[in-house]
Amino acid sequence: MAPNPQLDDTGKLRHLLTIEGLDAALIHSILDTAESFVGVNEREVKKVPLLRGKAIFNLFFEPSTRTRTTFEIAAKRLSADVVNLNIGASSQSKGETLLDTVDNLAAMGADMFIVRHAESGAAHFIARHVAPHIRVINAGDGRHAHPTQGLLDVFTIRRYKKDFTRLSIAIVGDIMHSRVARSEIHALTALGVPDLRVVGPRTLLPKGVEELGVRVYHDMEEGIADVDVVMMLRLQNERMRGPLLPSAGEYFKHYGLTPAKLRRAKPDAIVMHPGPMNRGVEIDSAVADGRQAVILPQVTYGIAVRMAVMSLLAGGGSA
Amino acid sequence: MKIQIRNARVIDPASGLDAVQDLCIAAGRIVALGQAPVDFHPNRVIDASGLIACPGLVDLSARLREPGLEYKATLESELLAAVAGGVTTLVCPPDTDPPLDEPGLVEMLKYRAKSLNLARVYPLGALTQKLAGERLAEMAVLRDAGCVAFSQADAPLSDTQVLLRALEYAATFDMPVWLRPQDAHLARDGVAHDGPVATRLGLRPIPACAETVALATILLLVRATGARVHLCRLSSREAVDMVRRARHDGLPVTCDVSINHLHLCDEDIGWFDANCRLVPPLRSRADRAALRAGLLDGTIDALCSDHTPVDDDAKQLPFGEAEPGATGLELLLPLTLRWAQETGLPLTEALARVTSLPARILGLDHGRLAPGLPADICLFDPAGETPVDARLLRSQGRNTPFLGQTLPGRVRLTLVEGHVVFEQPARG
Repeated sequence: MAPNPQLDDTGKLRHLLTIEGLDAALIHSILDTAESFVGVNEREVKKVPLLRGKAIFNLFFEPSTRTRTTFEIAAKRLSADVVNLNIGASSQSKGETLLDTVDNLAAMGADMFIVRHAESGAAHFIARHVAPHIRVINAGDGRHAHPTQGLLDVFTIRRYKKDFTRLSIAIVGDIMHSRVARSEIHALTALGVPDLRVVGPRTLLPKGVEELGVRVYHDMEEGIADVDVVMMLRLQNERMRGPLLPSAGEYFKHYGLTPAKLRRAKPDAIVMHPGPMNRGVEIDSAVADGRQAVILPQVTYGIAVRMAVMSLLAGGGSA
Repeated sequence: MKIQIRNARVIDPASGLDAVQDLCIAAGRIVALGQAPVDFHPNRVIDASGLIACPGLVDLSARLREPGLEYKATLESELLAAVAGGVTTLVCPPDTDPPLDEPGLVEMLKYRAKSLNLARVYPLGALTQKLAGERLAEMAVLRDAGCVAFSQADAPLSDTQVLLRALEYAATFDMPVWLRPQDAHLARDGVAHDGPVATRLGLRPIPACAETVALATILLLVRATGARVHLCRLSSREAVDMVRRARHDGLPVTCDVSINHLHLCDEDIGWFDANCRLVPPLRSRADRAALRAGLLDGTIDALCSDHTPVDDDAKQLPFGEAEPGATGLELLLPLTLRWAQETGLPLTEALARVTSLPARILGLDHGRLAPGLPADICLFDPAGETPVDARLLRSQGRNTPFLGQTLPGRVRLTLVEGHVVFEQPARG
């Protein structure tokens, strides 16, 4: 296997492209840094000067509101200058190549690119191309990875559950098309979760997924039995390109998280969702708004985690 | 022009000859192997001590990109690459722009290729008009214009009735049909083999059954029509097994595999190496092992370069958006030699897969060394090396998964019809 392109020769992060290949110590150090930023976000003046003078470009080739916004807030709280670019609508439609776009923005003095793109591997591709001083954070590439989401998920779990090596966790839904699921799997296996399950119909489970270190379940009640954490995925309608499911209704019947199904998990199990939720498709409102849901804390922690990643990559350290 | 090649280790796979001797060439043909005729006075003597003389290579799949795609490659650049790689005969698929579905296009291509005086070019004609998979191309007319067989290249032919009719029609004139088995629906949108690598990287999958479902259809239609079919570039273990059974049952099918699939698998994609974006996709280790076993036991007749020059801009993209294909003409011999080294196969047998056996599929008397035959000869240094370096490749396509590697063997000199068409200085 080729060396992990996001690490430098000393094993330090140069870019954050995927969680694959990061060890538990590195992940915990990112989460520890994030802890220091949680406090910043609770202050009246939610700002630290760590990235003052740095230019961060939100380079979104695919539409996104939530992720882009949380990156923007995170960058601003670090005092960086942030530029948002929704490329889908402009340069690419004029025929400019991806590399030309990146080169032009680099020429404007970019220090960091936050990249979202519909093709798996796009962030790796950009990271390989940019000058050595420029940092790249993958904000979601195709079905491949969404590492800051994976990190904020394990950050949330760590806050509620402490010891990863004693947990049972189920990831439920459209694993096939989900970059979030892949990043969660890499993070949780690296952190030593002994019982990691994926749950879904065969059409939504990619081939050979067991080799990532998960057990496969097709029956949801079995799949979430006695787990400590249920991680729901959005049913990504916009990515469905074939006859994968007969209907949202049938899906909800078998794989939607209802209060009845949730009772199969441990009584203190937490319920997570990366958002945006399809209520009544993958999750019942009674669960989404229930006492076990930690879905809004995930969003809040997402800012701290993104601050931590940006700060570490830019050499800024913690708050 | 009379040429004498002295002291070469002459390997002729068709006859099993492997001995140090001289080769005498006159008027474009081999006049003697071994002892020169008494009245033979060469204009040029080539000292080939330490070198191997084998038949010029016969490559069953090399895209030249003319007509229409000259920004990717030209006949001149690619035929120079061919002879630099010891390839003296090549078959080009019909997926040019426009496709080779009219005799005028084929005649022009043949004429342009001939006037360059490099390698011999045998075009495949389009099986259907514009390769659209709907109406049959004028096969008999195209054959008269110089097409050796008919093919859809990589264009889909999803209407099975059209395929049946095409095979029936081709069989009427005993014209071979070359097909790469792939079910267009099962392969739709896919960019990588459906397995743990594609799953890990989140690449849209192409299942192996995209190949085997199409292959099963083709084999049943061959049985029904008696058409002669050559299967191009198999990629999966199951497909090799199916072909083995079909040949055992006496079906008139032959097949080939590419150098990429013989040596690589999906794990070589690493972190999204777009040079590994190929058609068909690189499959698993087990598939590769089956392809190698199939080439070894004769289920797969020939090894081809699947030379597909792609311009850099089309490769400088994320994996799934990058254009599939790799340059290969200059790597065919070195990768054949590597395979021979890895398997311990005698050179006579390894070289048969790129000389006499592909020539037999074409029904041509190329790929052999014998008195009276055209002098298409590759002279190479088996102890030399071929560094795969984008700056050194003569092809306009500079992308290959083998970039940066050093491969065994180095072509020193190539003859086509008794003319020196390529010569490498002894040093360099």
